[in-house]
Amino acid sequence: MTATPAVEIRGITKRFDDVVAVDAIDMQIANGEFFAMLGPSGCGKTTTLRMIAGLEFPTEGSLKIFGDEVGTLPPHKRPVNTVFQSYALFPHMNVLDNVAFGLRMNGVDRTTARRRASEMIALVRLSGMENRRPAQMSGGQQQRVALARALVNEPKVLLLDEPLGALDLKLRQDMQLELKELQRRLGISFVFVTHDQEEALTMSDRIAVMNDGRLLQVGTPEEIYERPANRFVADFIGTTNLLDGTVVDGSTVCLANGTRVAARSEHPAGTMVAVCLRPERARVVTAGDGTESGIGGVIDTVTYVGNARVYTVRLDWMQLRVREENRPGAAPRESGDPVSVTWDMNAVTVVTE
Amino acid sequence: MGVHAGVVFAFFYAPIGILIIFSFSGDRIVGQWGGFTLDWYREFWNNDQLTNSITVSLQVALIATVASVVLGTLSALALERFRFRGRRVFDALLYLPIIIPDVTMGIMMLVFFAEGIDVVDSLLGISLAKGITTITLSHIAFCISFVSVVVRARLSGMDSRLEEAAMDLYATRWQTFRYVTLPQILPGVAGGGLLALTLSLDDVVISQFTSGPGATTLPVYVFSLIRKGVTPMINSVSVVMFLASLVLIAAMLGVDRLRSTGSNVPSAVPRGDLSAEPAVGGHERGDT
Repeated sequence: MTATPAVEIRGITKRFDDVVAVDAIDMQIANGEFFAMLGPSGCGKTTTLRMIAGLEFPTEGSLKIFGDEVGTLPPHKRPVNTVFQSYALFPHMNVLDNVAFGLRMNGVDRTTARRRASEMIALVRLSGMENRRPAQMSGGQQQRVALARALVNEPKVLLLDEPLGALDLKLRQDMQLELKELQRRLGISFVFVTHDQEEALTMSDRIAVMNDGRLLQVGTPEEIYERPANRFVADFIGTTNLLDGTVVDGSTVCLANGTRVAARSEHPAGTMVAVCLRPERARVVTAGDGTESGIGGVIDTVTYVGNARVYTVRLDWMQLRVREENRPGAAPRESGDPVSVTWDMNAVTVVTE
Repeated sequence: MGVHAGVVFAFFYAPIGILIIFSFSGDRIVGQWGGFTLDWYREFWNNDQLTNSITVSLQVALIATVASVVLGTLSALALERFRFRGRRVFDALLYLPIIIPDVTMGIMMLVFFAEGIDVVDSLLGISLAKGITTITLSHIAFCISFVSVVVRARLSGMDSRLEEAAMDLYATRWQTFRYVTLPQILPGVAGGGLLALTLSLDDVVISQFTSGPGATTLPVYVFSLIRKGVTPMINSVSVVMFLASLVLIAAMLGVDRLRSTGSNVPSAVPRGDLSAEPAVGGHERGDT
């Protein structure tokens, strides 16, 4: 895409005293993109979001919103709005005043501000609740007031800081769809911070995985899941088996116990790597009749999860999780069965630290 | 329980009751009933020095309250919201006037106004005579601490993300304070103000040291009356002061009520009667 990116981050570093919260990251967020920043708590994702909002200023680097440098502009001079974690609705104002706040501060006259606020309240389906105080609403309703309060200002980029964290599971899933739908309709970029990898995978166009202030990988959910850039990403996204080993050649890795397995990589021979094997990509076959590369082991536990069975297979030096779809006629294995775990060469990824 | 409470109330209020009764006593000797009279109130009203001292007291208290509320709130904001060099020292020093005895404070002020007055005068190009100005200044000095402590308690309980949300919604720093921070801490500010008002009206010791020939506050004047010999007029003065305190207490209760209501929103939205709305329950959940 050659159009100006909605947000362009170049070499941004943020230090709090001696702590490096964000370490020289580069990131481009396209206009109209649903972009997630994903990582464990303390990884710097929220700090990055706050820098885009103007609530923190970067120690180093450049931050542009639609081509304009905004690095040290105060928040009220940026064309972005934020949905805060736990919403930060003004408790002394009713819903209508909360939603109209940004417009009023921007100099929109009273009548227009009220009209547009009402329209936005209708859009998030809260009509009739204009006079409620935030404390009189459920979490899901407060969430939508927070959305309306930000969106009514027609921001060029909407920032969301763990917006669904405070909701229960069912409501969270509904809101995920609703947010996605809203974003498509408005056509603006949503930048979304979350520690929930499933949420990031289902909602985003692209995901940035962060850890320890560093940006580890940016890509579509598929890229992130299928081709993790390193061991951390592989481990953080979804469930996975990581088999430590050393590269032998372009298509073979020697595992910790000396077994040679098929795995494609471009690392030079001798590199310490881990073979990333997703549970659903592995197969268990009865020991001895394997024709492909396989590792011998014993079924340890069998967990029935409805549409599949999850086996833990005990190897000499580690355990593997294998997920097997339930198909008619498939003979379930039992604890203690000697098996061999195999996979297609294309089903695994080789990652380094 | 009833009897118990009765005893406690009697303990509290019997002196006040007796005071009120004897302020209407016609006898010259305090504490001896001599028939109903309003003479003492009349004498009180006609005593120019006394009414003058009330005016001084009120003037001092009002100015000291306003000034200490502004300065105390500002210092609370500075301590609670900003990190700056010397913050902890400032924090500790701010508590000093609460801790050090009034007498010490009074002597400090006395020495300051006696010795430092020429320096201050020449620096500011004003003429500080001992009197109403010096009393007011010393009252401001000790009231700031109290206001600051009360406001800070309220500020620290406030979610600072509300301020960030306001700034994110295009409010400048001032607008953020005006429309979000101030309404949130208003009960603290008002409470601090009432505390300052009470402390200023109450103060004898510090005022004693800083008052001059021209200006005396009511408590200082009453105190000097007692030394001259007590007449029942003291009773009537005390009753009036007591009634004034009652008004202050009523005001405090009013402020308490402010906590749950009162919004300063810049859009004059007609507010529906909240109590008339259906009770809020989990049932709205279903509409997501």
